[in-house]
Amino acid sequence: MSAQPATLPRKATRGSGIRGREAQAGWLFVAPVILLLGLFLVLPVVMAAWVSLSDWTGRGSPFSSEVSFVGAKNYSELLLGGGLATQDFGTALRNNAWYVVLVVPTQTALSLFLAVMVNRKWLRGSGFYRTAFYFPSVTSSVAITVLFLFLFSATGVVNKVLQAMSVSGPNWFADPRGVVHVVLGWIGVDKGPAALTEHGVLGVSLWQWLAGPSIAMSVLVIMAVFTTSGTFMLLFLAALQHISDEVEEAAMVDGTTAWQRFRFVTLPMLRPTVFTVMTLGLIGTWQVFDQIYTGTQGSPGKTTVTPAYLSYTASFQSQQWGRGAAIAFILFAIIIVMTVIQRRVIRGRDQDAL
Amino acid sequence: MSRRTARTSPALALLAASTLALAACSGGSGFDDPAPSGTEPAAESPSDGDGESSAPAGEISVLIGSSGDAETDAVTAAVDAWSQSSGTPASVTVASDLPQQLSQGFAAGDPPDVFYVSTDHLAGWAANGSLHPYGEQLANVDDFHASLRENFTVDGQLYCAPKDFSTLALVINTEAWEAAGLGDDEVPTTWEELADVAKKLTTDSQVGLTFGPEYQRIGVFMAQAGGGLLSEDGSTATADSPENLQALELVQQLMADGALKYPAEIGAGWGGEAFGSGAAAMTIEGNWIVGALRNDFPDTPYRVVELPAGPAGQGTLQFTNCWGIAADSESKEAAVDLVEFLTSTEQQIEFASAFGVMPSVQSAAEAFAAEFPEQEAFVTSADFAKGMPTVQGAAEVIADLNAQLEGLANADAGEILRSVQQNLQAALDGQG
Repeated sequence: MSAQPATLPRKATRGSGIRGREAQAGWLFVAPVILLLGLFLVLPVVMAAWVSLSDWTGRGSPFSSEVSFVGAKNYSELLLGGGLATQDFGTALRNNAWYVVLVVPTQTALSLFLAVMVNRKWLRGSGFYRTAFYFPSVTSSVAITVLFLFLFSATGVVNKVLQAMSVSGPNWFADPRGVVHVVLGWIGVDKGPAALTEHGVLGVSLWQWLAGPSIAMSVLVIMAVFTTSGTFMLLFLAALQHISDEVEEAAMVDGTTAWQRFRFVTLPMLRPTVFTVMTLGLIGTWQVFDQIYTGTQGSPGKTTVTPAYLSYTASFQSQQWGRGAAIAFILFAIIIVMTVIQRRVIRGRDQDAL
Repeated sequence: MSRRTARTSPALALLAASTLALAACSGGSGFDDPAPSGTEPAAESPSDGDGESSAPAGEISVLIGSSGDAETDAVTAAVDAWSQSSGTPASVTVASDLPQQLSQGFAAGDPPDVFYVSTDHLAGWAANGSLHPYGEQLANVDDFHASLRENFTVDGQLYCAPKDFSTLALVINTEAWEAAGLGDDEVPTTWEELADVAKKLTTDSQVGLTFGPEYQRIGVFMAQAGGGLLSEDGSTATADSPENLQALELVQQLMADGALKYPAEIGAGWGGEAFGSGAAAMTIEGNWIVGALRNDFPDTPYRVVELPAGPAGQGTLQFTNCWGIAADSESKEAAVDLVEFLTSTEQQIEFASAFGVMPSVQSAAEAFAAEFPEQEAFVTSADFAKGMPTVQGAAEVIADLNAQLEGLANADAGEILRSVQQNLQAALDGQG
């Protein structure tokens, strides 16, 4: 938008009279948005950045003269301190990393699968399926969280169904055991090797990092896949409908099988959408908060604490505002780095294909 | 050329916008707040709508975290009554998330005048100067239970008046008790007896004892063993002690016997629910369970007894909130007056009958015991009750302990206590 008034004068270099006013008018029209973005986006970010570098205690303005600059103290306490703050942060990162690793590929694959299915021409009532699959996405996440709490309670529907199949289900939301540890437990491995238990990162031993999501967190993983797949299905569907029939017909003429057409024709053409979906998924999953806040509050055994939730509790419960802001900025850095890496990977493949 | 301007202008505009917004944000309490003088707020008041910060005799706003309609109605009625007699307008608001709303108020320099403060948050808000330490100004200050006053004292200053309190006691389902063939004289008075009756009360569909996996329950055994998290003067961490280990081992033993299960394991959200639904025959809870059982499980017959004694005698935990007054309040005197009214003996007895809390003043104890004979054990437990640690950072340490207690059944109890010791001592050192 803003480039347009600027490029126009190049064509008419003679007088700046009318064109100049045009630029002014352009700025005038853009001003409300700039002001709003500045007030509600840039300013809070600047403020949070300052809080993360200050010793603000939560009383009065963070910009008042009583608040002093403490450098990277909040960050170093969090990353290198080794105390409870570091442990909590390490645990939160561990939990969230497993959540991301499980949710992002699953939701991308599932939404792509659903989109391809409902995009079929011969599918009867595809409108119904589209609505049905999209429904969880438009339902409030709080409502779905509460629903899942009931479904997966110790005597809930899920366990009743499992019981009917003679399987005794776990007490989902109260089970802090990591899934990987549970599986290892089945083959008789209850304690990790010393190499893993004695070394650690961010106050959490490697054995704990490898614990996998707790059973409670696994339910949240299922819930995230359930609620977000519909939205991403819609994105894939839009992209699929952009692929003209001729392309597919041409591939058919070449004698391809259905799988080959999907793998070598459809999928490459969907690459930009895959990138979008994975990026949105990545951002959404690293920022998971409302399910935790309304559902588990970090329990059982801190295995559903996420950095976003930890940032909230550090600030509002423990009055450690600097630490809370620092967590938010580290989270921001993680998301940026992950997105850049992902972009490199997907673009790299793109060039190979060309 | 024109391209250059096009690039720089948005940045400039953003800068201008943020500077503007900054100026708007810093408001009255920003750059120059040492003197809460009359002139500044008067100039500011049209912008912040809330009448409370305008005039010295302005409206008193009260923010409470309510347990339900009964509490809200009772507090509103009491504040209205005070408003009538003092002539100062006052309003009560119920917070959905009290600490968050208060934090926002403190940050904006526009907090409510009077509000609930829990022991968890006291230290943080006292340290950043948000609370007005008015305790000693109260006429009835000596009437409060000494242990409660201690709970709200930071650096020798009584910050706020204890609102009310609760203690933990043993709640027994009398029907299950009789069904197990137990008599009135078999109420457990020692750990051995507790383990014994818990085993006898355990059946296929019911567990003998239940309580939440948290220090706020298991701490009673530590107290009974003579342990605790902090030394008497609150200066050193004493979590890693043989007494505490003994307490955790008792809990582990009860679990191993199958006589104790956490509420979540038997499909309940908390001990009271597990008890009321009949999934557990005994629980350790505070006097809030009386109201909960009346509302949700009116058919469960129960009695409340003092907790059994451990190796070091009787012990239990007590919980309390206080009436905080904001340091930024424009009408502190009126606020103190209101708190004095709310904590008066008569008013506290009224609160007690409205929503079942125990009065924080000694002068109301007798009247309370007379009115609620079934809650006698809660009142008498106050004699040997210990408060929660209030040092800054203790709440986080306890949260971490609670997370570990969830897995206590298969955990190394000594390891848990060592980690608590380390974290708690770090929190204490961080203060000085």
